[in-house]
Amino acid sequence: MSKLVPIPSTGFLNERDIGQTPVLEATHLGIEFGGLKAVDDFNLTVGRTEIAGLIGPNGAGKTTVFNLLTKVYQPTHGTILLDGIDTHGMNAIQVNKAGIARTFQNIRLFSSLSVEDNVKLGLHNHTHYSTLEGILRLPRYWQEEKRTHERALELLSIFDMQHLANHKAGSLPYGAQRRLEIVRALATEPKLLLLDEPAAGMNPSETEELMENIRKIRDTFQIAILLIEHDMQLVTGICEGIAVLNYGKIIAKGTPKEVINNPDVIRSYLGE
Amino acid sequence: MSLKIMNKTTRSNMITYAMVIIAFVIVQVLIGNGSISSRLQGQLVPICAYIVMAISLNLTVGVLGELSLGHAGFMSAGAFSGIVVASCLSQNTDNEPLILVISMIVGGVVAAIVGFLVGVPVLRLSGDYLAIVTLAFGEIIKGIVNNLYVGLDGSGLHVSLIKNTVEMTDGTMLINGPMGLTTIPRVASFTAGFILILVCLFVIFNLVNSKSGRAIMALRDNRIAAQSVGINVTNYKLMAFVISAAMAGMAGVLFTANFSTVVASKFDFNTSILILVFVVLGGLGNMRGSIIAATVLTVLPEVLRSFSDYRMLVYAIVLIVMMLATNNPTLKQGISMIISKLKGKNSAKGGSANV
Repeated sequence: MSKLVPIPSTGFLNERDIGQTPVLEATHLGIEFGGLKAVDDFNLTVGRTEIAGLIGPNGAGKTTVFNLLTKVYQPTHGTILLDGIDTHGMNAIQVNKAGIARTFQNIRLFSSLSVEDNVKLGLHNHTHYSTLEGILRLPRYWQEEKRTHERALELLSIFDMQHLANHKAGSLPYGAQRRLEIVRALATEPKLLLLDEPAAGMNPSETEELMENIRKIRDTFQIAILLIEHDMQLVTGICEGIAVLNYGKIIAKGTPKEVINNPDVIRSYLGE
Repeated sequence: MSLKIMNKTTRSNMITYAMVIIAFVIVQVLIGNGSISSRLQGQLVPICAYIVMAISLNLTVGVLGELSLGHAGFMSAGAFSGIVVASCLSQNTDNEPLILVISMIVGGVVAAIVGFLVGVPVLRLSGDYLAIVTLAFGEIIKGIVNNLYVGLDGSGLHVSLIKNTVEMTDGTMLINGPMGLTTIPRVASFTAGFILILVCLFVIFNLVNSKSGRAIMALRDNRIAAQSVGINVTNYKLMAFVISAAMAGMAGVLFTANFSTVVASKFDFNTSILILVFVVLGGLGNMRGSIIAATVLTVLPEVLRSFSDYRMLVYAIVLIVMMLATNNPTLKQGISMIISKLKGKNSAKGGSANV
């Protein structure tokens, strides 16, 4: 039983994004795995250039929400509007083309390929030549490959990783692999970037740097970012809006200040 | 372009091309000298065909990362369709290269179509399941061709399945059921095989180093991540599979056109496994390795013929030793240490010579 009619959401928007179509509007989103409601009645609105956070205890369903938004799982309930377009019936590939890119909690790189190739794969749908042109090495192949190469290095320079371009992705240190995943996701030119625990396994100074970079990405690309994170310093530091998930349900939503003072959140997640 | 500007992959590809060309020249010279036995000369075309089979299977197994156990099936589909066309053509023209080229193209196209038809349902599976289904497919093709009767006379082609109902007054049987192809125009030549190898290498190398090849390798490394960046998984899987099948079909035509009769059971499970052995020993995704493995393992049984009784024993030992040698980390380390030491000595010598 899916509810296809969007219902006005209870979400809030920061002043900057008011008056524009929100980039993401999820209403009554839910999925059941054989009777178990992993995510239930999930409502969230993300503004065009907002940095939003999704927090909650382990097993609350945060990653499942990401999997629903990117159609790794097909939701059993509710609607997802991406920039005003209903993503109902789309698969993972179409959702990416429509403008959602993501990173993964357990890093999923193309580990036997080079760093540059990983970014070029992000640029796949923005590289315009056919397979035959590629095999016969026609002029368009050389033009497009040159352009892709330059664009890949440009994107890598966000995290100052140009010098690693020829390294094997799988041989990079952990932090660099996480950053490469973000670059690859950015290469697909998304409107909404989903980051699944971007700071996991990073030390405080790396986390600090990552926060700067997330802000920088938002400012340069003018996109929205939704991130899952356990590091409260990062979440409260950069997120403009936070939603707290527990047992598949949103228990609180609001600005960082509101959320960390919410008694429900303190009881179920932050601890007293 | 000098060697220094080229990146590592391009340089490695150039070495492979050069290796094939040099090997061809050397063999041609040796044939001119008369220093190659006629038995080995007879092996030249099959070696070329096996090399093409190995590099095309490497595209599926090494680059795409899916285990296919029915590669000989595509070889068979290409061979039988290609040779029927060659037989028809040979009644009208004596131009052997032309006959071979046209029949190879037909064989390649037919094998590609078969590959597409098999690939659409099969590529929804992966891993062991895909291997099992491709194995069954290879057997099905063998079964069909074993029961296929094709005759040619003045009024055209006559085809029947299971029972030989082909009635002709003055025609010839091209495919005679379990007896297979009985009147093959022997149009294959070593040069043709050499050119086919180069063409297939060209296609595979250029494919792998293009947008599509990257996508295919991305599927192998991480399917979910590939989908997350908007890569159409099914399309690229199918593309690799079909290209691989087409090349196997062409290799089949080349292989078959070297003999006067060939039966369907020539292209059975054993052949598929033999080719898989070439690929695994040569290294997954390593085209140069496949070429070397295919050559060595085809020549070896011929060279060992004088040992007759112990032939397969030695063959098996060589396989095991190669497997151990290529997969043993300590041995690899030792070899690379020796190489680096030798290189170090050389560069030191070079340095002192310069001073």
